Amino acid sequence: MTPEMELLLVNNIKDRFGSSIIQTTVQFGEVAHTVKKDALLDICRYLKTDPSLRMNFLMDVAGVDFYPEKPRFTVVYHLLSLITKLRLRLKVRIEDGEKVPSLTALWKSADWPEREAYDMFGIVFEGHPDLRRIYMPFDWDGFPLRKDYPLRGYKDRYNPYGEEKK
Amino acid sequence: MNDERVPLKEEAVETKEITLSMGPQHPSTHGVLHLVLDIKGEKVLKADPDIGYLHRGTEKIAENLFYPQFVPYTDRLDYMCAMSNNLAYVAAVEKLLGIEITERAKYIRVVAAELSRIAGHLVCIGAWGVDIGAMSVLLYAFRERELILDLFEMLCGARMTLSYLRVGGVRYDVTPEFKKKCLEFTKILPKRIGEYERLLTGNRIWLERNKGIGALSGEEAIELGLTGPNLRASGVNWDLRKDEPYLVYDRMDFTVPVGSNGDCFDRYTVRIEEMRQALRIIEQALKDMPEGPFNIDTPLIVPPLKQDVYENMEALIHHFKYYSQSFKVPKGEFYSVVEAPKGELGFYVISDGSEKPFRVKIRVPSFANLYAIDRLSRGGYLADVVAVVSSLDPVFGECDK
Repeated sequence: MTPEMELLLVNNIKDRFGSSIIQTTVQFGEVAHTVKKDALLDICRYLKTDPSLRMNFLMDVAGVDFYPEKPRFTVVYHLLSLITKLRLRLKVRIEDGEKVPSLTALWKSADWPEREAYDMFGIVFEGHPDLRRIYMPFDWDGFPLRKDYPLRGYKDRYNPYGEEKK
Repeated sequence: MNDERVPLKEEAVETKEITLSMGPQHPSTHGVLHLVLDIKGEKVLKADPDIGYLHRGTEKIAENLFYPQFVPYTDRLDYMCAMSNNLAYVAAVEKLLGIEITERAKYIRVVAAELSRIAGHLVCIGAWGVDIGAMSVLLYAFRERELILDLFEMLCGARMTLSYLRVGGVRYDVTPEFKKKCLEFTKILPKRIGEYERLLTGNRIWLERNKGIGALSGEEAIELGLTGPNLRASGVNWDLRKDEPYLVYDRMDFTVPVGSNGDCFDRYTVRIEEMRQALRIIEQALKDMPEGPFNIDTPLIVPPLKQDVYENMEALIHHFKYYSQSFKVPKGEFYSVVEAPKGELGFYVISDGSEKPFRVKIRVPSFANLYAIDRLSRGGYLADVVAVVSSLDPVFGECDK
């Protein structure tokens, strides 16, 4: 990572949103900011519109389950700028049951990845136009990628090899 | 004059809005795509893809396997081009381990990835032809794909699910015989691509079915999250091989084809040209490939040669240690990206310092590309949906993970 990039992605954002940024890591040339949930939309709007950053592409939204740590979930956003060729990672840590603001108003491409994170972890995105399951059947019970969900699923009449539900 | 005129024909025949399920058993939905279409007559009002029929929980499986054990699962993502998937995954693990693979391995990986790009595009164009009525193209495309599969067989013994790349290098070395066959192939294919073009590019039916269908501007394509040939067809010059070069792509001389209208026809021409450019890359990589080891010299990460395992006690112990205990990966996280034939393929791997990944999030291009289908088919005819699906080239092993 060049010093200019570091200045732009680390110092610049820290100066601007200092109080909302909980942690910043730089590893393997990738910058990741852990931000407060309430500031997420403001930071994203800035990243998208600022002429020196122009993060016009939301690549992915990933849920991560740190069970039994607290707060339990982390939502990870991968941003890319096709203009300045910069990449940035944003993280929001939330507790089970807490809602995250949806980024669909800023990037349409957030639509399906957010649905996927909801489907797999049960993370609710506030303001999402159509938040329903995407991979699993609509009447599925539980969220498969949570760490406390068994690898073989729960036992039912379709799945005799699953674990007994407690 | 009284008002009792004869009703117009359109008023007499009332068109009702209906919901039509297309797939998952429809022959031209590339596997198991289930589209719920709201149509009025022949016009599509809304297309809602219902995916997940092939969901196998790949990411959950990854969390329960050793790092090297997950490589074969990546083959089954985009099974048309297993090499690219292997590449993105092993690159992420190698970065976390902090190892740099050998020069020879880099060139071998480039050759492998480009061969599988051609195979993927051939299937795309062949299946596209069948979907909109040009049966013969599929047969020709599969004839050439067979040559690539034969090359893969020479390389690693497998044809589809290759698992050729591994953490630390590749599984087997490239033989002079493979090089010879591969160069022969690069001489054969350009003529064959010319044959497809003679069949399709000037074909009136092909043009009518594809030109102006599903057009998308560059800004919209970015907004919807399209990557790969579908993004480039809309006029956005973005190719990770050029813009964020990995392996040795920065030493290769090739151009990135870009479309202008962003319609189905542009998505076709971009893919045709990409195959030609891939051949150029293969030729250069084969020519410049240095001699040397194809694996890094770290016994902890690379298993012994199979021949040694049978003959040498130490190698046998090493073999058992490798396959039963694997290796630990330092704590950290990395998002590795490659330009797969379908677009940007990303593996976001989080390591907690153990032998198994804590979390693997796969950013699959087919999933993101398929999201655009609602926008692309709205307002068009029902028959155009088929052309649009084919032009986006979704593969459901990848889309459904």
